[in-house]
Order: sequence, then C-alpha cells, then structure tokens
Amino acid sequence: MSSDSRSPLFMPTIVLGGALFGFGLAHSGMARPEIVLDFLQLQDLGLVFVMGGAAAVTGTVIALATRYLDRAPLTNERYGKREKTFDRSVLIGGVVFGVGWGISGLCPGSAYASLGVGNFPILIGLAGMFLGAYAQGYWRSYRESTSGTATPSD
Amino acid sequence: MFGEMELLTVLGGTAFAGLFPRGISQYAIGGILIGLGVSTIYLGTAITPGASTFFESTLSYVSRIPRFNRAKYLVSRDWRIVFTLSMVAGAAVYALTLGGGGWTTDVQAWRLLVGGVLVGVGTRLGKGCTSGHGINGIASLSGTSFANVATFMLTAIGAALSMQALGVSP
Repeated sequence: MSSDSRSPLFMPTIVLGGALFGFGLAHSGMARPEIVLDFLQLQDLGLVFVMGGAAAVTGTVIALATRYLDRAPLTNERYGKREKTFDRSVLIGGVVFGVGWGISGLCPGSAYASLGVGNFPILIGLAGMFLGAYAQGYWRSYRESTSGTATPSD
Repeated sequence: MFGEMELLTVLGGTAFAGLFPRGISQYAIGGILIGLGVSTIYLGTAITPGASTFFESTLSYVSRIPRFNRAKYLVSRDWRIVFTLSMVAGAAVYALTLGGGGWTTDVQAWRLLVGGVLVGVGTRLGKGCTSGHGINGIASLSGTSFANVATFMLTAIGAALSMQALGVSP
C-alpha cells in the first residue's frame, strides 16, 4: 500500500481504532502488570475473556468481510486474513516472548496503554522492548550479511 | 433441605468465583472494546494491526540496519506511530473517566527491563505478540498464530509461577 492511495480518512480511522484499543486495554486490566501476573500465576483467569472477547469480535468481522466484502474503502486493499508462514522462529520467538511476559507482566499493547494511564515506570519496560527489537534486528542483519542465507522474514 | 441442583449451583458458583475473584465483566467489556478497535481499522483499511511491529518500523527512522528498512516497514511506519500514540491516548481517556485518575505499578524495575528486552526479541522473532497473533491471528484461525500463542502462554505461565516460587514479589 503506498501512502498516496490512502483516503484522507485513513489516519482518523487509525486514531479511532487505536483509541478504542487503548481504552479497552486499560478497562480490561491488561494495562496493570499485577493483574496480568495474577492471570499467569493462575489466580485470576479473567484475561481469558479479554483475548477471547477481542478475538471473537475480530474473528466475526474478518469472517464476514472476507466472505461478503471485496476491498477496504480507505486503502482499496482486498480483505484478507492474518496468516504468517510457520517456521522454527515462531516457536523460539514464542518461548522468548513468553519468558519476558511472565517476568514482567508486560506485552507491547498493554505497555502503550499502561503509559497512557500514567504508569510511568512502564517506560523502563518500553525501553527494554526497543533494545530487544534492536538487538534481534542487528543480529539478523549481521547474520544475513555474513552467511548469505536469508533469515526467515515475517 | 438442600436439593442436588442447588448444591451443584453453589459449588459451581464457588469454583467460578475462585477462578475469577474480580468477576468477569470488566474483562469481557475490555476485550469487546479491543475487538471493536481492531475491527474499525480492519474494516476501513483491510490492515490487521499488531502492536509490536511498531518497534522495528520506528527504528527505521534512526537506524540504517537493513532489517528495519524493509519496504513493508517504511510504508507502515507513519501510521504505526499514530496507532501507538492513539492507544496511549485512549488509555489516558480511560484513566481520566472510569479509571479513577490512573495508577502506577509496583512491579520491580529489573523485571520490567529484563522482561521488556525479552518481549522485544521474542515478539519480533516470533512474528507477532498478544495482539498480532493473540487477536488478529486467532481471529483469522491461523495455525501459525495458534502455535505461537500456545507457546508463549505456557512459557509465560511457567515463568510467572517460577518467579512466584522464588519469592519475587511484586
């Protein structure tokens, strides 16, 4: 999608969707690391309803749109599903992310929302996420340039 | 006289309250709002927005490392910043309305930092996070996403229980 094929309503739609997302994350408790850790320590399973509720709404919309609609009005892109290719890094990445989530109670979206509620210590977590993302990008680019084999890209 | 059905109802209710000591309504309502936010963007743009690509796409502004400067990041880095800031703003609206002015966490700084670094590495290596895989991927019935979510969920439960067993709190 090139930016010149975007409708003027593109950014306002991102703002509206992002704000709803952030409001929902804050309301759901995901933006409180303590509640996330309670879930991961199996003391309050409520977060099942957060991910379940969000996936149910989104899943219904994706199923209907891919079946009955053709192209999105603001980008002229076809409606599709999110389907990434499966390889070993999907599992390795899942393990690394899981350990990090279990240690901190933070995932990226909840960290953005948590910052919004004034939870300023989360800046430490966000700095860590940028560091981690930078480190893996540095390492993968280095490995590609030295071995000549392409790292699986998402 | 306590009927069998009544006994089962009471037992079931007690077990349910034990699993959900804070109730379920705020969780379910929050989840539905998150779904509506994702759906708004999807219906308008056909984009399934994940939260963690923001790190790599934003790094393209300051780094020349090829990994961050792939075409798909360069075309999406502007709206990903807007998306992230909008999430911050939406949560701020919650804090100022229903959220009682907001809150801060007592979770120790080293946990936020170490956990954050692993989240940054893992979500990028694994091609997504709790929103990309956990919401959009599951909503797309993607096998890759089911595998990733099952992996990070089980690992996170293991890590959190280990921290608890080691006496790390909060």
